[in-house]
Amino acid sequence: MNRGAETKEQAARRFVGRATLVLVLFAGAATALGARAVHLQVFNKEFLNQQADTRHLRTERISAHRGAITDRHGEPLAISTPVDSVWVNPREFASAVDKVPALAGALEIDSQTLMRRITRAPDKEFVFLKRHLSPDQADRVMALKLPGINIQREYRRYYPSGEVTGHLVGFTSIDDEGQEGLELAFNHWLSGESGAKRVLKDRLGRSVENVASIKPPRPGKDLRSSIDLRLQYVSYRTLKAAIQQFRADAGTVVVLDIQTGEVLAMVNQPAYNPNDRSQYSAERYRNRAITDIFEPGSSIKPLIVAAALESGAFKPSSIVDTAPGYVVVGPKKIEDTRNLGRISLTTVLSRSSNVGATKVALSLEPEQLWGTMTRFGLGELTASGFPGESAGLLTHYSHWQAISQATLAYGYGISLTPLQLAQAYAAIGGAGIMHPVSLVALDQPAQGERAISVETSFAIRRMLEEVVRPGGTGTKASVAGYHVAGKTGTAWKFAAGGYSQDKYLSIFAGFAPANEPRLAVVVVIDEPKGELYYGSDVAAPVFGEVMAESLRLLAVPPDALPARDAGSIIQAMSR
Amino acid sequence: MRFTDTQRLLERNVAPLGGMSRIFRNLHLDGPLLGGLIAICCFGLVVLYSAVSGSRDLWVQQLIRLGVGLLALLFVAQLPPDLMRRWTPWGYLLGLGLLSLVLIRGDIGQGAQRWLDIGIRFQPSEIMKLAVPMMAAWYLHDRQLPPRFAQLLLIGALIVVPAYMIAVQPDLGTALLIAAAGVIVVVLAGMSYRLMIGLAIAAIPGAIVLWNFMQDYQRQRVLTLLDPDSDPLGAGYNIIQSKIAIGSGGLFGKGWTNGSQSQLEFLPERDTDFIFAVLAEEFGLLGVLSLLILYMFVVARGMYIASQAGDTFSRLIAGSISLTFFVYVFVNTAMVSGLVPVVGVPLPLVSFGGTSMVTLMAGFGILMSIHSHRKLLPH
Repeated sequence: MNRGAETKEQAARRFVGRATLVLVLFAGAATALGARAVHLQVFNKEFLNQQADTRHLRTERISAHRGAITDRHGEPLAISTPVDSVWVNPREFASAVDKVPALAGALEIDSQTLMRRITRAPDKEFVFLKRHLSPDQADRVMALKLPGINIQREYRRYYPSGEVTGHLVGFTSIDDEGQEGLELAFNHWLSGESGAKRVLKDRLGRSVENVASIKPPRPGKDLRSSIDLRLQYVSYRTLKAAIQQFRADAGTVVVLDIQTGEVLAMVNQPAYNPNDRSQYSAERYRNRAITDIFEPGSSIKPLIVAAALESGAFKPSSIVDTAPGYVVVGPKKIEDTRNLGRISLTTVLSRSSNVGATKVALSLEPEQLWGTMTRFGLGELTASGFPGESAGLLTHYSHWQAISQATLAYGYGISLTPLQLAQAYAAIGGAGIMHPVSLVALDQPAQGERAISVETSFAIRRMLEEVVRPGGTGTKASVAGYHVAGKTGTAWKFAAGGYSQDKYLSIFAGFAPANEPRLAVVVVIDEPKGELYYGSDVAAPVFGEVMAESLRLLAVPPDALPARDAGSIIQAMSR
Repeated sequence: MRFTDTQRLLERNVAPLGGMSRIFRNLHLDGPLLGGLIAICCFGLVVLYSAVSGSRDLWVQQLIRLGVGLLALLFVAQLPPDLMRRWTPWGYLLGLGLLSLVLIRGDIGQGAQRWLDIGIRFQPSEIMKLAVPMMAAWYLHDRQLPPRFAQLLLIGALIVVPAYMIAVQPDLGTALLIAAAGVIVVVLAGMSYRLMIGLAIAAIPGAIVLWNFMQDYQRQRVLTLLDPDSDPLGAGYNIIQSKIAIGSGGLFGKGWTNGSQSQLEFLPERDTDFIFAVLAEEFGLLGVLSLLILYMFVVARGMYIASQAGDTFSRLIAGSISLTFFVYVFVNTAMVSGLVPVVGVPLPLVSFGGTSMVTLMAGFGILMSIHSHRKLLPH
């Protein structure tokens, strides 16, 4: 190559050669690029497309609306309202840590607490920051537009009647699952099925768009309970006043519909407000009417007498000799308050003679006595289905000794729940037919079972009327305008080391109107601390008031109209 | 020589010039090249509209820059190549001075000292994108070709000094592009093949030196390229997201403004360096190939202009500008599709950005000047 003599033409030719070389190299590069594009966009398309989808598409839960609980007339007892819960994906939020104070402000929680919540589980992808915010508040939080902060629609339970129905209705957890009461017993019925939807998410995890509904949520079904809210209020108010008046520890009132077995009212003290989670303690939210057992004392006697009548060996007029006012069974001396002498079976009930009841019980075959008790539902769970229900204690007769048969006669050595007692009295009032109790409103009363014969039930009804008449122990349970049948009970509480001599249960159980019984009511007052502690003084007035109000509210026709003084009836009716 | 040119000119004029052609000629513009550029810019504006998620402000800003770029093109096209050649050393020296100034007291933007604030903020390295190849071409203009080894050493120094100054800013991407522009001039000027092969072999230890010279973040980029999944949320994030965007576009794409990776903000830098991924996701392989063909057309037209150039300076600079333009396209698209490490190189004429648009248009202005002045001012 002659350097000195290269012409412009040669230079141009050389340039073209070089340019061709470079272009060939570059063509190779361009081919590589095109091949890369084809590789990614044609051969890897499926995989990368799926990768894209996993980045944008998320499946989110749609909470289902929980069914409402109402009383038998549709008054709401538990309802769900939509609320928003704020949650964070800590990894996505990491870039916005400096916004914690602003977020804390919007959530109305302390900055440090919030920071701890966010950093507690850095590997998690879902951490609740605050549950159940009002939609307004949630909007304020979302307006901050922070990465990784999301809201989830949830439902919060409200209990409009608060502590009046608290024990019965129970409550749900923050996750809308039934925890106690009807909320738990009927959780499956009430809770729907949450649905799912597909959403498009951006890099900050915000939902951009609902792409598709995978499964619509199935809302829960409403539950119509057997409760009559008006009767519930009356029972609640009356019991609460009595508890305060007699400075008692606790108490229970149960009102049963004799014709159907439905529970019309069921209240306890102490009560709690299910809307306030800070009040949740077993001591307060326990539904004592169903979960707690007690020794019924004298209130068991009508069942003993029923067994006696059923045996055929006794009639209401049969004479029992209670002299000299006590009877010794084994090591134990069983006493009446005074020597009643020779008295009829009816008087054994109306004067509540322990000696008389003991003698009657001891004269019966254990199997006979046990059989009648069992047919009254003692020692067995009721049909309520309520969570935590107690079956009570009724020892099998094969284990009985004379002393156990004797104490059973006046209500010791046997335990039952207030609901069981109410159920037994309802059977007496209902011509001997015992309907299974129900906490759910029934369109058609369930088939009952015969506990005792019609004749026996009528006989005991008459006897129990005597209890409430002047001269009986239950006069304070009387209701103007109605014949009331009932029985008092006062039981020593069993404490460590034996029966305490100063702690009592004050009981009254009965039904009305006696001629055509509609309602059975049981009142149990635990440890009244005043001068008065007998069932006749403490529980009977509560019974009387609840019964009077309930009959009036249900417009039950009076069965005890004194013909000569219509005005007093009208007065009684309008009280 | 003069004769053949005139002859060619006469042959061309046999067919009467259309109105459009006359206007182009008078404005010293080249119709096909301008057409190709405008087509790319329009395509770019469409993609950018989607990439900025319909932000009218940013889009209009880009439109204004495009206008400024076209004005720069128009202005440069009027300058005769001779004039440019004479000014070249001064431009080069000015660039060197500004680069020193940046190193002494420049604004720090995004962790690097690249910006100079003289009334308007701009990067002096942009000047060097044109000044370095022009300087190399200027040096070789009236010398015997191919260059001798000693001359190559001197040109090497002319290239390496500014490249080094830019590399320490640090802006390795731009430094490499500027060096490439200079080297292309030398290669086109006829550097011997033996030397080229020798340099290629020498590049291996050179790469090791370069590795040591790199910043930590740059090494990380190289490592990340080899295995992006090693750090999917950190350094590998960009590449993974852009590969997903490109791949999920498929043959025909997801449709304009419908790219989920882009629109849902998974794709980083989607209006600047990674805009190619937006294009690929929303317009698919079809869109990718269309844009590449447009780029190829521009490069081919540039090389045609170079081959028709009347003097060495013009020929070398036209070739360098055209081929460097291709290098830009290649480096960006290869980076976004995960073929080469992530270096901050925008997609020419499409990415959102100011100075590079003006520089590119000015470069094409030089091409047009070379093509249009060649017959009227033969050397």
